[in-house]
Amino acid sequence: MATTAIPHEPVARTEHQELPFIRKYIFATDHKIIGIQFLIMSLLFLFVGGLLAMMIRWQLGFPETPMPGGTVLPETMAPGGILLPEFYNSLVTMHGTLMVFFAIMPLLVGVFGNYLIPLKIGAPDMAFPRLNMWSFWIAVPAGILMLAGFFVEGGHAAAGWTAYAPLSAKGEFSGVFAGQQLWLLSLAVLGLSSILGATNYITTIVNLRAPGMTWFRLPLSIWSLFITAILVLLAIPILSGAAIMLFFDQTIGTHFFDPTAGGQPLLWQHLFWYFGHPEVYILILPAMGMVSDIIANGSRKPLFGYHSMIYALIAIAFLGWIVWGHHMFQSGMNPTLGMGFMVTTMLIAVPSAIKVFNWMGTMWRGNIRFHVPMLHAVSFVAMFVIGGLSGIFMASTPVDIYIHDTYFIVAHIHYVLFGGSLFALFGAITFWYPKMFGRMMNVFWGRVHWFLTFVFFNLTFFPMHNLGVGGHMRRLYDPSEYEFLQPLAGTNRFITVSALLLFTVQIIFALNFVISLFKGKRAPENPWDDNGLEWTVPSPPPHGNFVTTPTVYRPPYEFSSPLVEEDHLPQDRDLGQKTDPASAPGTG
Amino acid sequence: MSWMLPPSASTFAGDIDFLYYLILVITGVAFVVVEVGLIWFIIKYRSRPGRKAYYTHGSVRAEFIWTAIPAVTVVAIGILSAPVWTHVKGRFSAPADALIYRVTAKQFEWNFTHPGLDGTLDTDDDFTIRNRLHVPVNRPVLVRLVSEDVIHSFFVPAFRVKQDVVPGLNTQVWFEATRTGEFELGCAELCGLGHYRMRAMVTVHDADDYERWLASRATTTALR
Amino acid sequence: MAHAAFMESPRDRELGAGVYNEKLGIWVFLGSEVMFFTALIGSYIILRFANPGAFAAPGEVLNIGLTAVNTFLLICSSVTMVKAFAAVHDGDQRQLKLYLVATVLMGAAFVGVQIYEYAHLLHDGFGPGGIREGSHLAERAAAGELSLGTPDPATAGIYGSTFFTMTGFHGFHVTMGVICMTYVTIKAFRGKYSATDHRGVEVIGLYWHFVDLVWIILFTIVYLI
Ligand code: HEM
Ligand SMILES: [Cu+2]
Ligand SMILES: [Cu+2]
Repeated sequence: MATTAIPHEPVARTEHQELPFIRKYIFATDHKIIGIQFLIMSLLFLFVGGLLAMMIRWQLGFPETPMPGGTVLPETMAPGGILLPEFYNSLVTMHGTLMVFFAIMPLLVGVFGNYLIPLKIGAPDMAFPRLNMWSFWIAVPAGILMLAGFFVEGGHAAAGWTAYAPLSAKGEFSGVFAGQQLWLLSLAVLGLSSILGATNYITTIVNLRAPGMTWFRLPLSIWSLFITAILVLLAIPILSGAAIMLFFDQTIGTHFFDPTAGGQPLLWQHLFWYFGHPEVYILILPAMGMVSDIIANGSRKPLFGYHSMIYALIAIAFLGWIVWGHHMFQSGMNPTLGMGFMVTTMLIAVPSAIKVFNWMGTMWRGNIRFHVPMLHAVSFVAMFVIGGLSGIFMASTPVDIYIHDTYFIVAHIHYVLFGGSLFALFGAITFWYPKMFGRMMNVFWGRVHWFLTFVFFNLTFFPMHNLGVGGHMRRLYDPSEYEFLQPLAGTNRFITVSALLLFTVQIIFALNFVISLFKGKRAPENPWDDNGLEWTVPSPPPHGNFVTTPTVYRPPYEFSSPLVEEDHLPQDRDLGQKTDPASAPGTG
Repeated sequence: MSWMLPPSASTFAGDIDFLYYLILVITGVAFVVVEVGLIWFIIKYRSRPGRKAYYTHGSVRAEFIWTAIPAVTVVAIGILSAPVWTHVKGRFSAPADALIYRVTAKQFEWNFTHPGLDGTLDTDDDFTIRNRLHVPVNRPVLVRLVSEDVIHSFFVPAFRVKQDVVPGLNTQVWFEATRTGEFELGCAELCGLGHYRMRAMVTVHDADDYERWLASRATTTALR
Repeated sequence: MAHAAFMESPRDRELGAGVYNEKLGIWVFLGSEVMFFTALIGSYIILRFANPGAFAAPGEVLNIGLTAVNTFLLICSSVTMVKAFAAVHDGDQRQLKLYLVATVLMGAAFVGVQIYEYAHLLHDGFGPGGIREGSHLAERAAAGELSLGTPDPATAGIYGSTFFTMTGFHGFHVTMGVICMTYVTIKAFRGKYSATDHRGVEVIGLYWHFVDLVWIILFTIVYLI
């Protein structure tokens, strides 16, 4: 019997060869391969989404100046390199859509949900490997449908990623016909993929945990993915339903959102945000979980307040269902309801605060190693705080009157989603890269990329708060139309330059990612001295993951335990139960 | 790049601005505490050879404190916000003596129906102007918002008012200008291709000037 | 030995909820379905309250008799589904096949009747856009034979929109169920289910009962109220 301590290569690799290429890499059922497939797909979408953002920024920073390289775009988008307003609206819409649905969400849920869940709970694969394969291969056509929208007559969807009806419901209003329909269809298809994935994750986590892996021994990454999966499961069908209704309004003449025939535009907003607010938590909870793993590892300390971290996640997930109205304070919704939503929104800031302080508590009196994942994880905390605090401005209904639909919101979104989720993702990718590909990413370039990203991120997005405070509306093709926005033109140019640099330095990450695949240092089994079960198997782990089902003896964050010499104590190391107080379920 | 709100020109703008600055201070303090704390920890607890981290799983007391402080703070902000919200946007918040206007928004223009000399809407002397709104200073104004096509949003930054204009849903908003002058009005909700140029001007007259303007307006309309 | 790890199927280690993966999985999935229908039905309720005049009185436009028969058919199919499950539980292959076939047939019949109903309604002038102008139904409405109040019945599209979307999606679910059930039935004929292992039958059964339940709700709120 081989033990978990075998160096990689031998048996496992030969084993792999038995599967034909197409079963192994294309229609794969191995959760690790599917995770990597999602990784490739969503990084590509991240790139496309970023490219769209650059065009948006060019227009805002240098309106009326032809965009460098813009002449490659057809006349219907940017004649002479100058963006048309209708194309600008498509860009804004598609930037948001691609980033939310095809980049961040699949990166967090599709990639790390798939990759980490079985490995970290000690299972050989997902509960339904074939369903898992489907979940990826349904996401691919959804992505193709979404991209196809750029090439159809009338251009792509242009009603914002929130697709407010009736602008989105009738082609006459936006000039967009097939684009909007493809957009809706794509989201409905993607929804199916997400729901299948969530079903799989939940079943796997409930049923397939290794012996000893009790609920309160699960790493926070798994807890957060579990809760996220529940949110996906329950929120996505609302979007699917709404998208289908809107699709029917567009195609077969229903009138759900058409006020001239009894429909209600606000119904769309309620449905969208009833899905949408849980969705924004789908976009952050896994990041929080993985950051918790990385910060405990980097600090060489048990996670501070492990239990309250879990309860905070649960609280966020619950409260997340009753705050959706905060996106609609100025929509004409009953103002008394607005008051209720203000209260719940204020409350949801509390568990977020708990998490931030507990991360700081984890670092307190630690022995902090600044590996690249840790740099990103600490940046996550620093940036998420800003996003959370800006949320309080908007939660205050009177202040929201002024800042709603301004760049303040744009700043908020990006502090939580880029500063938050994407930094967490850079950290997570660097952290689990050795496990995925058997090689380390380059540390020097990792640090350079982190530093430049951190700097340019803040230079890009922090001033957006100030634009918002100056009253700068969002989704505005040409701010110079307004006199009161003239003084902000300099800020807009500054932001554009920073954004271009921010985009450019991502090349470092891309190169580091690709080159390390071939040239990176070979990864040992446990390069970060971590405790998780995934670090007890070879890098990359063989199909089936574990040679023998591991047994779990303790919570996931036993760093610097007095019981052992070294500063980490893997979850599966048997010390003899008597001597290990942390092994009792419920402690930690 | 400033954190200062632009000059305001309505009665309740002061209340909104006060809340904004209050939250700015509170979040500013929280921001400094957290970021300085993080930097301090990064420096102080950086890995050094031969050291082991302090082994602890948490502290109920500490966690209680940092749950309670944010909770109390946000609830306080909520309590302070509530009356302002009701004052500005509450169902029946518009003062009874408000002058009533109707704004009809459509892609991509604002049509302002003024109540005319008699100060009452839907009478014969009403008149409608495109992209220009004239109101008297120091007099509450209630704007009935109607959309002919998609959702727009009535936004006058200087008055700190913003209200979506939803087709099929008759929304309204009120304000009372405190300064005479010209103020820009914009559309704050993406409403299509020309959204960015859906701009209008609000002229605030002093009382006499407003009467004069109305009278001159009446003659020009009569001539036509 | 790595081979052992590879061979070990996830199924071999079921702890957790105390139910096997497929059963847990379908329950979880049904949670999602509940939310989907909640979105549709919730929208219907909101729109109906907002447009009381747009909805005809029960029986005026929709054929309650025909649908009642259809409802009965679907309920019967749930009963045969239960019977099929009981049969396989007892290892009775013959009854299993019999009842599965009965369920498939009744499910398919339900869809058939619904298609027939749709065809008739569309013919009469009742479509997803509401009552078609110049149609038979529009004439009846104009003659005051329908209890449609204001607004104008030709433009009050909400009735048709909600009706076709909700029943249509239910029908789609039944169709999916019939397809899956056919697959299970084929497997049953190949003798793939036994008294000890009949996951497929139980899982499709749970789905089937759910779809049935949704129909009872829809029948009540769309046809009877
Ligand atoms: C402390 C917690 C938070 C509070 C109090 C909060 C509050 C709010 C409020 C009130 C709005 C609506 C503003 C408006 O449109 O006027 C909003 C928008 C938004 N929030 Fe948050 N938020 C918080 C955390 C988050 C997190 C963690 C995320 C995502 C990861 C997030 C993502 C978003 C997004 C994407 C929008 C904008 C949606 C749009 O209109 O395009 N927020 N937030
Ligand atoms: Cu929200
Ligand atoms: Cu607009």
